[in-house]
Amino acid sequence: MPADFDRRDFLRLAGVGAGVVFASGLAGCAARAGAPSADFHFVQLSDSHWGFNGPAVNPEAKTTLVRAVAEVNALAMPPDFIVFTGDLTHTTDDAQERRKRMREFKAIVADLKVRDIHFLPGEHDASLDRGAAFQEFFGPTHYTFDYHGVHFIALDNVSDPAARVGDEQLAWLASDLAALDKDAPVVVLTHRPLFDLAPQWDWATRDGDQVVAQLMPHTNVTVFYGHIHQEHHHETGHIAHHAATSLIFPLPAPGSQPKREPLKWDPAQPYRGLGFREVERRDAARFAIEQHGIQGA
Amino acid sequence: MERRLLLAGCAATLLAAASRAATEAGPRRIPVVARKFVFIPNEITIRQGEAVVLEFTAPEVAMGFFAPELGLRALIVPGEVAKVPFTADKAGRFDFLCDVFCGDGHEGMNGHLVVST
Repeated sequence: MPADFDRRDFLRLAGVGAGVVFASGLAGCAARAGAPSADFHFVQLSDSHWGFNGPAVNPEAKTTLVRAVAEVNALAMPPDFIVFTGDLTHTTDDAQERRKRMREFKAIVADLKVRDIHFLPGEHDASLDRGAAFQEFFGPTHYTFDYHGVHFIALDNVSDPAARVGDEQLAWLASDLAALDKDAPVVVLTHRPLFDLAPQWDWATRDGDQVVAQLMPHTNVTVFYGHIHQEHHHETGHIAHHAATSLIFPLPAPGSQPKREPLKWDPAQPYRGLGFREVERRDAARFAIEQHGIQGA
Repeated sequence: MERRLLLAGCAATLLAAASRAATEAGPRRIPVVARKFVFIPNEITIRQGEAVVLEFTAPEVAMGFFAPELGLRALIVPGEVAKVPFTADKAGRFDFLCDVFCGDGHEGMNGHLVVST
């Protein structure tokens, strides 16, 4: 591929118009970290639940994450970085087993060619020990980083088993946002939805409304999250929220049936509903999303 | 005749006392145990307009009770009784769930409040 062949050309040539979602946002920006620079793109992986055992919903639980790693490595254009939005491992009451699963997970994703990976916890990783094991293996559960003029905020809404971000982190968030121009591009990464997607299925963050209230004065904000094991797109005002597919089993559409039970594995369509996404930044708060299904072959 | 009047008077007095006792006893108490990963009972039936108090205990780990359609919520801490007073003003079948992550099985820990007319 020619060196001047950029990501946008690749998307156009690859014919990915169908399935590409443009995140909402206002045009124009003046980022704190400087004017927007060249496009970049990242990969979002989520909800691998390493350690899960349930042949009826995924008889390939021990290979799905490995396949995903190989498929990310095989992308025509390597991402600039990778985010992993929680539930890296499946929960266990056994603290030793929890660490074993995290160690195994970490060994598998060590095969990713892209080394810049930002990990977030899910409730399966962090809720039973308030994030202690996660921090041992992956570092802080909430943090920020900047990339090409975009301010990324990783929010922890799972270390509290009651799904609260909590006063301390809300104060930290307020302080972080106060240092930004109101039109600076902001991406929030988190595990649970920050809005009441389906409270009857626990698909919410108890104080998510306070997070959204803090974000509302900022004009270029996009949220990427996991937890619900399927693509989902929602807007709270001008803020777009995009949920990612899982790497273990899909879940039904929000509130579409009485129970949030995993969808059964279909041998005729193995890995159906599982995958990851590429996210390409277009301008201040516009992102193109390209979904990739795990390949069964 | 006097004996019949006396008996009738006694019956009326007993009825009034029973009624007063029921009122003084307060709302019906409904104990519910939240353990991994089930509410016992997981179906609670009450009558529309009936005052009840749901009394939750959790013998193992902290649990949650959340009935979003009814606006009822409680944190259930081991060693304590979480009391949720409630008088249903509408009939129907309302879901509730544990909203404090409690382990592998948490996602299936739910139940129903059935309000009959």
